[in-house]
Amino acid sequence: MKMNRTAGTICLAAALALSTAACKKKTPITPPTAPIAPSNSNTTDPNAGKLKPAILSFSVEPSSIERGQSATLRWSVSNANAVSIDNGIGEVQGAGTRRITPTESTTFRLTAAGPNGTISGTTTVNVTGAAPANTGLANAGTFDQIVNSQLSDALFDYDGNTIRADAQEALNKDADVLKKIFADFPNRSVIVEGHCDERGSAEYNLGLGDQRASSAKAYLVQLGVTADRLKTVSYGKERPQCTEANDDCYQRNRRAHFSAAQ
Amino acid sequence: MVPSKVIRLCFLLQFAIVLAFGQGNLIQSVISKGGGKPNLAVTDFRGSGGGQPLMNAFNGTLYSDLETSGLFNMVSKSFYPLQNPQRPEELKPTSGQGMALADWAGTPVNANWLAFGYNSVQGGQLVLYGYLYETSQKTAESAQAIGKRYFGSVDESGARKVAHEFAADIIQKFGGGSLIGSHIYFVRENGRTKEIWQMDYDGQNQKPLTHSGSLSIMPAVSPDGTKLAYTSFASGTPKLSIISTESGRPLRFYNQEASLNATPSFSPDGTTLYYASSASGLSQIYAANLDGTNFRRISVSKAIQVEPKVNPKGGVIAFVAGPGHQQIYRMNMEGADMERLTNGEGEASNPAWSPDGRLLLFAWTRGYATGGFNIFLMDPSTREYDQLTSNAGRNENPTWAPDGRHIVFTSNRTGSFQIYSMLADGSQLQRLTSAGVNRSPVWGK
Repeated sequence: MKMNRTAGTICLAAALALSTAACKKKTPITPPTAPIAPSNSNTTDPNAGKLKPAILSFSVEPSSIERGQSATLRWSVSNANAVSIDNGIGEVQGAGTRRITPTESTTFRLTAAGPNGTISGTTTVNVTGAAPANTGLANAGTFDQIVNSQLSDALFDYDGNTIRADAQEALNKDADVLKKIFADFPNRSVIVEGHCDERGSAEYNLGLGDQRASSAKAYLVQLGVTADRLKTVSYGKERPQCTEANDDCYQRNRRAHFSAAQ
Repeated sequence: MVPSKVIRLCFLLQFAIVLAFGQGNLIQSVISKGGGKPNLAVTDFRGSGGGQPLMNAFNGTLYSDLETSGLFNMVSKSFYPLQNPQRPEELKPTSGQGMALADWAGTPVNANWLAFGYNSVQGGQLVLYGYLYETSQKTAESAQAIGKRYFGSVDESGARKVAHEFAADIIQKFGGGSLIGSHIYFVRENGRTKEIWQMDYDGQNQKPLTHSGSLSIMPAVSPDGTKLAYTSFASGTPKLSIISTESGRPLRFYNQEASLNATPSFSPDGTTLYYASSASGLSQIYAANLDGTNFRRISVSKAIQVEPKVNPKGGVIAFVAGPGHQQIYRMNMEGADMERLTNGEGEASNPAWSPDGRLLLFAWTRGYATGGFNIFLMDPSTREYDQLTSNAGRNENPTWAPDGRHIVFTSNRTGSFQIYSMLADGSQLQRLTSAGVNRSPVWGK
């Protein structure tokens, strides 16, 4: 009961904006899967703690398709507790497959992180056929370049998560840019980062940064940006862009900031 | 309420003077174990057969352990007699030079107890012969409280080991808990990455436990000291991780779906992890088994909540919450009967229950500018509090040692954030780290 109240409110807002069945994504009640285990060992292996993560395989079949066709990504890693693939796929299990339908030639990067390090590898699928109509924004550079250069931060008051007037202005423009780049880069997502100034505790600021990122995302979704292509992350006060102890720097760090999801 | 001027005096003045003032510190009876403190003299031990080069490390460690226990008035070495005994056989009934117990009992030393002994290298081992004698006794036989051999490797770490063990035996005689073998876990910052490190309780043997190349922050140690839970950004978003303190090996933990799972702590029985999660939208308090299963929401509020800490005696969870400026609250195990513990002034964070469940350490900006945190100690039953740090930078993340008498915390009083320990009355301050930038210490068994 408790858990669905807030989720319900968010879903209602999302449904109004998107006219789609956004309520299908509910908080899971039971863990759907076990955590990722190293694929080549059991967890009682005394040496497991010292092993670096390894990519046993990472490939795409077929490696060349025509636009509109699908291919299958296949991977297996060991000694990792966090595995992710970029281009909008996100977190995955230690071994698995994923059906993809890229509209352009795409290089996928798999990143496996364990307590003893991080490793990554790539595989490329070539897409042949006519280029998609694009909004012209793609000419401005790569996806990462556009996200880094054309999206503005939304700033917040101390201890606050309200989208104030200057933040609304920034996010209104950001919404237009996001709609265009999501059209031009159909497989990519954007991260909305929530940041805080250094004054409160690190712990509380993680919660506050999360709230700021969620507020900025909710505002963008209201403006019609696709919700599931915006991911939120709170950095609290762990990633300040400046470290001076003055009001100007504090203000610059109280922000929702955009970065390209890898 | 205790006037803040007096509280600052407590921090600045020596323990004995504070006692003379009759200051009613919350922690006083816990620290001093009731009654007055005995006067203790500790001779400088010598080493034979290759042991001498290790005696600086040995004598420094022994003296520091005894002094920072807060159980003794350490007699200044300038009052010591010219000659110091090394072996019981050397003690004479009368001397006037230091070779009789009476020389130590009388003025100007006025020691109630004398610790002495020596080290030698035998069969490739460092052997400490450690003695503790009560100076008021008529004969050496009746005066002996400790007479014991301790064995270590013939190097500085061996010298420190035997010193720690001898000090622990003395401290135990006077009712203090042993900190032998306990570790402090903390976060070391290196550029854009932060990793969990561990060290001995005196700052020795610092080494990394995680190698995430990412942000590994906000550690919590299990009550038995075998597991460490922390907040990890290795997957991109803040999630909980649990590792073995012995090997650094990751243990399975299923993170429920949320943009934020963070600030974990263990339940007193070690079977449950309490933490903050945004699974419902806003960061609220949750609990889960140590593998992440059976996760459940504890609290329901419209304010950010983080840092849940279950009272060691059970029944109550302290945590930090908004709205607005963060304060410390408590609630029952079902998330009901929510009540603010701090008075709403400034910002408060980092609650930490004493092992007996009676007192709550926390950081508070009371009386200072935003961000000017100091360490406070509160008795939640009366709301009475003591201020343990002042006029020395920003002080945060206080946590208790397993002995319930020492605390460890972060301070930037020297310019960069470093780890310090002290007694819970603010005395016996020791800086434990100097390399790099270090924060968020927790003290495990």
